[in-house]
Amino acid sequence: MANSMNITLKVWRQAGPDVKGGFETYQVPDANAHMSFLELLDVLNEQLIKEGNDPVEFDHDCREGICGSCGVVIDGVAHGPQKRTACCQLHMRHYRDGDTIVIEPWRAEGFPIIKDLVVDRSAFDRIIASGGYISANTGAAQDANSLPIAKADADLAMDYATCIGCGACVAACPNASASLFTAAKIAQLSLLPQGDPERKTRVKSMVDQMAEEGFGDCSNHAECEAVCPKGISISSISRMRREYVKAMTD
Amino acid sequence: MSLLTNLNSPIGKKLVTGITGLGLTIFVLMHMIGNLSMFSGDDAYNEYAHFLASLGPLLYAVEAGLVLFFLAHAVNGVKIWMGKRKARPQGYAVYKSAGGPSMQSSSSRSMIITGIILLVFTVFHLISFKFGSGGPGNADAAYLTTIDGVEMRDLAKLVREKFALPWYTIGYTAIMLLLVTHLRHGIWSALQSLGAMRPSLSPAVYTIGGLLGLGIGLGFIVMPLALFFGWL
Repeated sequence: MANSMNITLKVWRQAGPDVKGGFETYQVPDANAHMSFLELLDVLNEQLIKEGNDPVEFDHDCREGICGSCGVVIDGVAHGPQKRTACCQLHMRHYRDGDTIVIEPWRAEGFPIIKDLVVDRSAFDRIIASGGYISANTGAAQDANSLPIAKADADLAMDYATCIGCGACVAACPNASASLFTAAKIAQLSLLPQGDPERKTRVKSMVDQMAEEGFGDCSNHAECEAVCPKGISISSISRMRREYVKAMTD
Repeated sequence: MSLLTNLNSPIGKKLVTGITGLGLTIFVLMHMIGNLSMFSGDDAYNEYAHFLASLGPLLYAVEAGLVLFFLAHAVNGVKIWMGKRKARPQGYAVYKSAGGPSMQSSSSRSMIITGIILLVFTVFHLISFKFGSGGPGNADAAYLTTIDGVEMRDLAKLVREKFALPWYTIGYTAIMLLLVTHLRHGIWSALQSLGAMRPSLSPAVYTIGGLLGLGIGLGFIVMPLALFFGWL
């Protein structure tokens, strides 16, 4: 078949959270240009199971690029080489027959490895729980129309709201900072009237929680924006800093 | 919220680094422009130095501020760098920048190294010039000159002596190029840290910041090179 490919995978294998891990090399002779990257891993796992070996654990759910479940570092880039694409939507047609691909989990103190390529991202849930919500009763659908919001603000808030919480920003950041994730929620809610009541406590709590979880500080490398499958702009981080200064001077 | 806790938070650290960084950028810009007075002759240079020295308490206040800015900038820079090792104890076997909107560069990755070299250089530089021959605590009649009846330090003589030495001139030039590298990421980054960035302006600010850094670096290099090659 014209589209068939033989791919070599170097995959990070780690049996559990506190066990030493290492790379294992596998051949996938039945790869195909039409496969998604995760389907390639499925084929590898079929192979491993047939051989009586442990399959490679990796997170995935919708495989449509919108749920934020998947995410591995592919040849040094979070979610792989295609811009604004979660790795489930990366297809093997971007590779050539005979290629070797290195796959690693997100590496950060705040994302401890559970097994192989699966990391525990509940730190993100705790950051959101610390302040990424609103207490205003937004009512039923028609009530939304009774509260006019400028189109530009609504659009920008929506851009920040597209975060799927995959964690690629942390994975790609040279400092393993969670600034883009945290800032996206703060920036989104700062643009909307519903976000106003908790405006000042939100930024403080979320920033504190982010540090508490062991994520590093931002050095403005902007690598997070480059790997974000939703292309969330680091202008959200600027906005978070402005919100913080406002909360500080209050 | 206590101010100290705030300044130690992930955002506080960036605000302090950004404000002190911009302050220090303004300082090096002024210093560089001051140095260029050498092109108007040794007397102009000495008169400018004498004018600064004669400011007295005002000069001490600015100097104290500069020491504070240098230290706060360095301490925060080291803290951020140390935090990075804690936040990712195990690094990647393969790591690449994704390019595109990423601002990651050799400049952004080497801020800690260029920063530490610049700090060490600054101490060495102060010992060479400010506290060098004819300076405070180092009075030397050979480094005095009289211009328009006013006796003052002949700093130009010391500068000429230092930049007659090849190793000194080469070392100084190399370190000023590191300053350019530091400012290339630093100026843009400081503005982003202070929340002053609009996405549409970001590429322009990065370019202008880089050019300003380059201008400052070249401005510092041109006078020593002119002295070394005997053009001045």
